[in-house]
Amino acid sequence: MTQRIVIDPITRIEGHLRIEAQLDSNNVITEAYSSGTMVRGIERILLGRDPRDAWAFTQRACGVCTTVHAFASIRAVEDALSIRIPPAANLLRNLMIAQQYVHDHVMHFYHLHALDWVDVTGVLAADPQAVASLQQSLSPWPNASAGYFADVQKKVKAIVDSGQLSIFANAYWGHPAYILPPEVNLLAVAHFLEALDWQKDVTKIHTILGGKNPHPNFVVGGMPISIDLNGDLTLNAERLSIIAASIEKMITFVEQVYVPDLLAVGGLYLKDDAYFSTHALLGEGLKNFLTWGEFPGEDPLDTKGLLIPRGVILNRDLANVQEPDPRDVEKMKEYIARSWYQYGDGEAAGLHPWQGETALNYTGPQPPYDLLNVDGKYSWLKAPRWAEQPMEVGPLARVLALYASGHAETQELAAQTIARLNQVSGRSLPFPDVLFTTLGRTAARCLETVVIAHAMRSMYQSLLEMIKAGNTATFNGERWEPITWPGHAEGFGFTEAPRGALGHWIVIDGGKIANYQMVVPTTWNASPRDESGNPGAYEMALVGTKLADPQKPLEILRVIHSFDPCMACAIHLVDARGGDLGEVGVGLNVCVQ
Amino acid sequence: MCACSSPETKKRITVLGVGNLLRTDEGVGVHAVRALAERHREDMPDTDFLDGGTLGLNLLPYVEEANSLLILDAVDFGSPPGTMIDLAGDAIPLFAGIKLSEHQVTLQEVLGLARIRGRLPGRMMLIGIQPADLSTGDTLSPVVSAALPEMLEKAEAVLRTWRGVLT
Repeated sequence: MTQRIVIDPITRIEGHLRIEAQLDSNNVITEAYSSGTMVRGIERILLGRDPRDAWAFTQRACGVCTTVHAFASIRAVEDALSIRIPPAANLLRNLMIAQQYVHDHVMHFYHLHALDWVDVTGVLAADPQAVASLQQSLSPWPNASAGYFADVQKKVKAIVDSGQLSIFANAYWGHPAYILPPEVNLLAVAHFLEALDWQKDVTKIHTILGGKNPHPNFVVGGMPISIDLNGDLTLNAERLSIIAASIEKMITFVEQVYVPDLLAVGGLYLKDDAYFSTHALLGEGLKNFLTWGEFPGEDPLDTKGLLIPRGVILNRDLANVQEPDPRDVEKMKEYIARSWYQYGDGEAAGLHPWQGETALNYTGPQPPYDLLNVDGKYSWLKAPRWAEQPMEVGPLARVLALYASGHAETQELAAQTIARLNQVSGRSLPFPDVLFTTLGRTAARCLETVVIAHAMRSMYQSLLEMIKAGNTATFNGERWEPITWPGHAEGFGFTEAPRGALGHWIVIDGGKIANYQMVVPTTWNASPRDESGNPGAYEMALVGTKLADPQKPLEILRVIHSFDPCMACAIHLVDARGGDLGEVGVGLNVCVQ
Repeated sequence: MCACSSPETKKRITVLGVGNLLRTDEGVGVHAVRALAERHREDMPDTDFLDGGTLGLNLLPYVEEANSLLILDAVDFGSPPGTMIDLAGDAIPLFAGIKLSEHQVTLQEVLGLARIRGRLPGRMMLIGIQPADLSTGDTLSPVVSAALPEMLEKAEAVLRTWRGVLT
């Protein structure tokens, strides 16, 4: 007998991401199905609108990582209309994008992913003096006294005693798959609480450069802030110094807290024989990776100048990284055979986003339902494919692209990371195979955070030099007026969002949006099968994962969380009964197949 | 009363309306805080009226910096639609539950995080309405719409008490 387990948050209202996993009699996942249970629809809202306004709509695709859809949108319009933004505007954008990465990755680790590895209830047994010694051995981070950790322990104990432990976003405490010693658990929980203060401070860069946060302001043709060191409402000397201080604050936390914690937690899991033999070399699956690239250099239009390269890696072949052309109508396609849409050209058609269609065609079961019909259409996400292949996007793809391109700091950090993990785990980890795993993805996120945080320093220096040279223009208005535009134009805008490659494709006719398609990172990673039956990244990554307890599928959460899913924003309904409304409902369904 | 605008008393009270305006009654907290702001921006200068929308962790600083926090929201407590509930302080349940995405942070989780950090506002009150309709829609259902004035009156009564204590 086999069984299927379902993970579907917030089932009572309208969900986000749903995973159905088929288990064999040993509780090993044989097939997994990833479904987006909410339609986005912004593409349809944009039709007929002024392309200069599109960013304000697309930014609302998510209420949390706000900026990324604005950047992709203004770049798409600028690409379509051949608008070259001033170099200072490019630097300001790079700083905002980099800030988003560092902030997002740290918060993803501490606030979401760490709790897949760290048992909060394990904190209570920790010896604060031993935690202090551990912290002091890891880094010069100042919060390292026994008294400090005893205080954190006391706070956690108060929560446990009050029965409100569920404020921590997990409910699998005491699960056998948690293996860390109590001291490491306490260390990580202390840093989780510290990260909440840290994140509040570092978002100031977005507030300064975008006027507000979340949902900063943007403008096609540059940046809406002007530079004048002596101005009141401009990017002035005082605000520059806040930015500089934020950058240093980010780097310190990343170097002294995030990196050592990740290496300690990752190393201890790799040391654990049960984890190592059952999970350590699983969790990737597709073997294909795509990046659109990020951080344009002096010439914002030159893809060769991107800090993170634009690349496609097939079958893990790091020696032959190709640059994908997003304009290639043969290679860049989205399929809908297993998605709740219809195409004019039929179910088997694949469409380049410039020809993309957003015609809804829900054929799924009426909620509430137990199981999706995974043999038919089962997701509101389309299936994007590059050269007919599903792709993984995100930190692992970017680190591989950086590594393969010979980026010196990345290669150095990768070597240091492996050396440290070998040291902690007492193993000789196979490189690069150990990267193509759940922990490899989690480590890649940390590694790129270091690269990007350091890059912010040089971005800031370049900005200062530009200002000194009087090169302070932040807006190019030559093509602002629609009368200067061609009658028909097509554009591609990109960004590497924290969770992966994001592309917007726009078609402008007569000054209005004639077509708009967003292919977002989670559409790549959470993609359903395509018309040929090829699974998406989550679906492949889960295959082979063994669950210790199918009713508490912690191992699935580890794999999925390592991708850092971004589905639409949460619903905020308060449940006064403290019930399961906001929890992942793990329905256990036994299927006879 | 003129001391209200001094830095010490300013922004000591925060009225936080949360919810999703695109989900009919789920947005009742936002509808309510907007109405209160419209009425009282002038005569309650020591009070912040904050439209929290569907923000998650971004709300943490606002929660932690408030001395007195009045939350307006849709609340499911299994009663007939339009019924009102008041929860004070510790009676407000805090939980997060399991998430698949970092972007599923609820207000209750934000309150929970403030609590474990020892930074919950000294006074806290939640006024909620049992929703009737959570489907897509940008106006309140008739039954919740009819209950909204009562929610506003309750909120005003709380604010009067709190502000009375302040001055």
